[in-house]
Amino acid sequence: MASESTNTTGTQSKGNGRVIAYVLIALAAVLFGLAYADGYGKLAIAPMDQFKVKPLFGGDTIAWYTPTNVTFWLGMSILSIFALMVMGTRGRAVIPSRGQSMAELAYGFVRKMVEDVAGKDALPYFPFIFTAFLFILSANFLGLIPSSFTTTSHFAVTVVLALTVFISVTVLGFVKNGTAFLSLFWVSSAPLVLRPVLAVIELISYFVRPVSHSVRLAGAMMAGHAVLKVFAGFAGAMGLGGIVPVFGVVAIYGLEVLVSAIQAYVFTILTCVYLKDALHPHH
Amino acid sequence: MEGDIAQLGQFIGAGIAGLGAGVAALGVGNVAGNFLAGALRNPSAAASQTATLFIGIAFAEALGIFAFLTALLLMFAA
Repeated sequence: MASESTNTTGTQSKGNGRVIAYVLIALAAVLFGLAYADGYGKLAIAPMDQFKVKPLFGGDTIAWYTPTNVTFWLGMSILSIFALMVMGTRGRAVIPSRGQSMAELAYGFVRKMVEDVAGKDALPYFPFIFTAFLFILSANFLGLIPSSFTTTSHFAVTVVLALTVFISVTVLGFVKNGTAFLSLFWVSSAPLVLRPVLAVIELISYFVRPVSHSVRLAGAMMAGHAVLKVFAGFAGAMGLGGIVPVFGVVAIYGLEVLVSAIQAYVFTILTCVYLKDALHPHH
Repeated sequence: MEGDIAQLGQFIGAGIAGLGAGVAALGVGNVAGNFLAGALRNPSAAASQTATLFIGIAFAEALGIFAFLTALLLMFAA
């Protein structure tokens, strides 16, 4: 076994970390099996059940103050950002630890993206964009833990994020440029006859932005997790032959990790594009 | 099998709206394929254009998402 050979040659702390990781994986597998034990031997596919909002401490009624699984996983994503950005960079080492270099990589990545796409004068708004990126990324990744809850698969979460971006960018455009911001809809490079038609199209596409911005994230998350659940349902129904769909689940899970990161990236880069339009509305 | 003709139309409409997601896949593939073709001709310029690639994919994908949204609205809000 490759893992045993690296265990004997690696340092003691590395070996301990691996043991902990294996124990966690085994625990997750057992929990996953228990969660699907009642579906064994019959085709029980309920892919949308995982998106149900449930009270955290039992009961049926949900009031505005009830702690639900949404509350829990939103809190978990904020805690994980805190762990990465505050606890991880606590050492402030010249040669960074693993946690610190992850935090530095994320910071440098998003900062470069804001600078490249939206320009140097968009850097005052970098903290908001970086916060949104980290929040979406951690919520997407936490949602991939088996039998957890994906907060970004709900339109209520993503619409609030997208509307925040949309409203603040629109207000910012008017504050920075005054009425010259409206030249965003008046394409001066087009022939004069076409400009009113283009203005209508530009206006529609401007107001469709928050819709596509939010539905893209929620739709990608929801669809991916539903596919995972459908394949898991096949595995439960097929008995011993269920090993085949399990490989499918593993492959789709890998794809979902990729999609989670890409959706966070796309949300952030579109925020940068909208910000660039607000700061420099001239085509 | 029971149900009324309105529900039948609703489900068929949702299914047809779902086809739009597949057509959007053609668009996304077109963007990515053309990017790859250009990137293989001039690999040194490829790295600077990945942001443009993702913006293009996002815009192509958005229209497929509208099809998905239409299907959802037909299924659960009609």
